[in-house]
Amino acid sequence: MGKLEGKVAFITGAARGQGRSHALRLAQEGADIIAVDLCEQVGTIDYPMSTQEDLDETVRQVEALDRRIHAVKVDVRDQAAMKAAYAAGVAELGPVDIVLGNAGIAPLGSAEPDPERTFDEVVAINLKGVWNTVWVAAQDMIDRGQGGAIVLTSSTQGLTGRGSDGSAAAIGYAAAKHGVVGLMRSFANWLGPYGIRVNTVHPTGVHTPMVENEVIGRYVEENADAAAMVANLMPIDLIDAVDISNAVLYLVSDDGRYVSGVTLPVDAGFTAR
Amino acid sequence: MTGLLEGKVAFITGAARGQGRSHAVRMAEEGADVIAVDLCAQIGTVPYGMATPEDLAETVRQVEALDRRIVASTVDVRDSAGLQSALDDGVAQLGGLDVVSANAGVFSTARFEDLTDDQWDDMIGVNLTGVFRTARAAVPHLKANPDGGAMVLTSSTAGVKGIPNAAHYVAAKHGVVGLMKTLANELAPHRIRVNSLHPTTVDTDMIQNPAMYGLFRPDLGTSATREDAEAGFRTTNKLDVPWVESIDISNALVWLCSDLARYVTGVQLPVDAGNLVK
Ligand SMILES: NC(=O)c1ccc[n+]([C@@H]2O[C@H](COP(=O)([O-])OP(=O)(O)OC[C@H]3O[C@@H](n4cnc5c(N)ncnc54)[C@H](O)[C@@H]3O)[C@@H](O)[C@H]2O)c1
Ligand SMILES: NC(=O)c1ccc[n+]([C@@H]2O[C@H](COP(=O)([O-])OP(=O)(O)OC[C@H]3O[C@@H](n4cnc5c(N)ncnc54)[C@H](O)[C@@H]3O)[C@@H](O)[C@H]2O)c1
Repeated sequence: MGKLEGKVAFITGAARGQGRSHALRLAQEGADIIAVDLCEQVGTIDYPMSTQEDLDETVRQVEALDRRIHAVKVDVRDQAAMKAAYAAGVAELGPVDIVLGNAGIAPLGSAEPDPERTFDEVVAINLKGVWNTVWVAAQDMIDRGQGGAIVLTSSTQGLTGRGSDGSAAAIGYAAAKHGVVGLMRSFANWLGPYGIRVNTVHPTGVHTPMVENEVIGRYVEENADAAAMVANLMPIDLIDAVDISNAVLYLVSDDGRYVSGVTLPVDAGFTAR
Repeated sequence: MTGLLEGKVAFITGAARGQGRSHAVRMAEEGADVIAVDLCAQIGTVPYGMATPEDLAETVRQVEALDRRIVASTVDVRDSAGLQSALDDGVAQLGGLDVVSANAGVFSTARFEDLTDDQWDDMIGVNLTGVFRTARAAVPHLKANPDGGAMVLTSSTAGVKGIPNAAHYVAAKHGVVGLMKTLANELAPHRIRVNSLHPTTVDTDMIQNPAMYGLFRPDLGTSATREDAEAGFRTTNKLDVPWVESIDISNALVWLCSDLARYVTGVQLPVDAGNLVK
């Protein structure tokens, strides 16, 4: 018997990387999945973003676990489209118990011809996109009266600005990820009385296509400060997506039934040094 | 299904009852053998009954009922030599050490200007120095473990924020965080992870007693009951519960000590029903 038998999880950025890992980990524990992803390039990002094929692969892998999945190509910045995607998922799979605001971009190392645009885009996706994600689900969760659990993916850069180089990318990313903590704390206060718990996870560098690409690789190599962004206490550089999924699973399952309002680093000691 | 702590050995202080017993049983369910210590005696400045030898015997019974081994000793966490020999003996019998729960603690209250030297000394002695001694006794054993290990120090929401009328407790529990952060830095190269837990009120004898009820119902004093105090406890949390259960702290502990959290170190993890975010 899984820890999430009969639950439905709404997950953004689920085409690949951590989002796919979360979908699979939760499905392994019995949850059905509403998966959304942009599956397109965004203008300020030079590394390859996910594709429709990636999202199809998530669908295939969840179905291989005998769980149901409703996948939608949608932009977290578009609240109306998010509302529709969420509603279609609920119509097919039933009401949502779990929300994971995971979609994000990392413009660090991408060309920055227009810093204002870089800043605006990362804040729009990494901060407002997270607000949209919770916003389209929260009222239903309140009305249903069954509680629930929300986990927002911040970053070590949501707790420290260590390693920043003054680029709009680095500052915008850190500001948005710090902003996610503000969202979480506000949501936790708003939704706590309804039994809906809200927490953030703060990964250090994770083995995903977001960082395992030439753009970010070059950035870390060429930028002395950036090395500080990936210097962990434990003797490991990058951790695995499943490590974040295991933290998310603890937070959304009954094991964490009284954990709310918490910023949980999964960072090999990065923020403790 | 294999447990999350199969084949591991856990050292738990304050294991006679309450959270400590729950930790012992929960870890045993996940496959761990247990080295349990508890004072099993009263400390003069503590305003509620502390654990007894019978309590520790009951923990032993419950762990053995799960077909796990347990080595239990009556020892004071303030007693370095006693603690070291109890741990060394347990490690010798059970074949190593993997995880540590520094859980033993006491609680008492007083207005700041009324705090006595004895209250202060007992509190710092048990809740801070006791944690230091527990960790110091354990570190050589953990370093000797090629797989590294995990240590979890039990602090409190009062290890993150202040509360009135318990300056000694708040100081000790904040001190535990300082220990945790230092140890996380010092031990990371050895793959030893160190984290702290920050419970809100937990349904144990430490708070389920007339002295505590009276704090929440000064109008009733020590004649206040659990029912009288419940609403007061509830107001401290954001989630609609007066307290959490020992099992909730144990579940956090098991997660932190298991491979599921293999890259979690230096973290203060509240299990607090939203007490701190409120
Ligand atoms: N990989 C790391 O080192 C790391 C470290 C800390 C935090 N994070 C955060 O973890 C989260 C997941 O990232 P990942 O590592 O899996 O990277 P990833 O690039 O593999 O996955 C991110 C997913 O989000 C999707 N996405 C991006 N913009 C979107 C939008 N506007 N609408 C819908 N979907 C969108 C992408 O298409 C992609 O599938 C992100 O929020 C990221 O900032 C990553
Ligand atoms: N109960 C709560 O509301 C609460 C909240 C936050 C934190 N905590 C902390 O949780 C831990 C466990 O407390 P509990 O709630 O299980 O209370 P408890 O009183 O039931 O258990 C504490 C145990 O520690 C033992 N102990 C005390 N002093 C000792 C010493 N000098 N040497 C060895 N053993 C000793 C006691 O005998 C007892 O068995 C403590 O550190 C406490 O401060 C409790």
